[in-house]
Amino acid sequence: MQPTFSSSRILLPVRPWFIVCSLLLALLANLLPTAHWPGIPDWVALVVCFWCIREPRRVGMGWAFLLGLAMDVADGAVLGQHCFAYVLLAYTAAALSRRILWFPLAQQALQVLPLLIGSQLLQLLMRLVAGADFPGWGYLIGPFIGALLWIPGTFLLLLPQYQPVERDENRPL
Amino acid sequence: MAGIDHAPPPFFKRGPAPLALLTFYLAVSLALFVVDLRMQSLGLLRQTVALIVDPVQRVAQTPGSLVDHAVAYLRGLHDLREDNNRLKQAQLLTAPNLQRLEHLEAENERLRRLMAVKDREKASGQVAQIMYTARDPFSRRVVIDKGQQSGIVAGQPAIDEAGIVGQVTRVFPFSSEITLITDKDQAVPVQVVRSGLRSVVFGLGNGQLELRYIPANADVQIGDLLVTSGLDGIFLPGFPVAKVTGIERDNAFAFARISALPLAGVENFGEIMVLSPRAELPPPPPEAPGRRANTGAPRKPGGK
Repeated sequence: MQPTFSSSRILLPVRPWFIVCSLLLALLANLLPTAHWPGIPDWVALVVCFWCIREPRRVGMGWAFLLGLAMDVADGAVLGQHCFAYVLLAYTAAALSRRILWFPLAQQALQVLPLLIGSQLLQLLMRLVAGADFPGWGYLIGPFIGALLWIPGTFLLLLPQYQPVERDENRPL
Repeated sequence: MAGIDHAPPPFFKRGPAPLALLTFYLAVSLALFVVDLRMQSLGLLRQTVALIVDPVQRVAQTPGSLVDHAVAYLRGLHDLREDNNRLKQAQLLTAPNLQRLEHLEAENERLRRLMAVKDREKASGQVAQIMYTARDPFSRRVVIDKGQQSGIVAGQPAIDEAGIVGQVTRVFPFSSEITLITDKDQAVPVQVVRSGLRSVVFGLGNGQLELRYIPANADVQIGDLLVTSGLDGIFLPGFPVAKVTGIERDNAFAFARISALPLAGVENFGEIMVLSPRAELPPPPPEAPGRRANTGAPRKPGGK
């Protein structure tokens, strides 16, 4: 049986190496040469947000800070720009995790959207204050795509934690 | 007593309070932001992180380069032959000029020596491959595959076959960052070929350039070629930079609004040449008292 998101199935405990791998994969996805295409979401922000909501005790602001630093250097942005946005995103996500997890997936995506937009807007604001030009509205499409990807993303990232459903024909409960 | 454990079980060990952590990380981020922006003294930190991120970046570039290779492979013999013929013809067309260039340079040198003018510097450099565009949407930068290992230093100009592309602004161990001339913070001192007028050309951030600080009545026409003036001591004089595409003369402003398009394939991918740094210019004469320094000074090497 395929797992459904509406079910409150008991998940296996998360494996730490899987979290690390997913975060590094997100970093890799961010570094793919897709900078010209509009609407590419910030994968690192999305995955950091996901783990901060799902496992706030394992992934927190420390990871967000380190990944932000890596993104700053890889992007050629001002140091601290991504760090600031990611750390704040991680804190908000962890603080709201109990509430967000209460909702079904589509509504979770709606709640994650303002977080992602906020982190993007924060970066925009920091650079505008620093004297950069507005890069166009395409810059703000990313978070919407990211929120749409929340549903398949949740399925993918929770995949290793699903356990097979064992149904005992003799004792159907 | 021995049996009683007063320490809380590890379940409750959660480290510092989230709010304290948040304050700490935000403060560090802000400090980094301000220091990097205002003092630009974080080169070592940047290089260290770059060294760690570099392998991930290389892996991320492989799908793109694989596709490129596959496309190049599948392009077929016909296209290549056509290319080859075209290039041969182009070479033939430029051959007369090139063959006489050496002679002309020698003659020029002799005449210059006769007139006791200092010799022109020869341009030399190394070819580098553009790896990718930096993802930062707020600036126009590309990353090339040569860095400290190849002796690149910040400040070196980069050209392609048509003209100036940009300037090396950050150097990492195995790669370096080139700020394109279309970047908002990049300035190139230029000269109008036709009239000899000198000015500084600035990027606008949208692929265009702007010639600033030219009086409204100055002799500039649409189609004028702008070449580097070499006054900055960074760019060698005479490299084409841009062509004037529009002039707005408004009496309300002291300066004309002159827009230009870069000649080099600034937004293209491909190979570029990083020119060796110029020999030091003689120090400028002491400034006359009461005169302010010229605005629009060229970017110093090592800048942001």
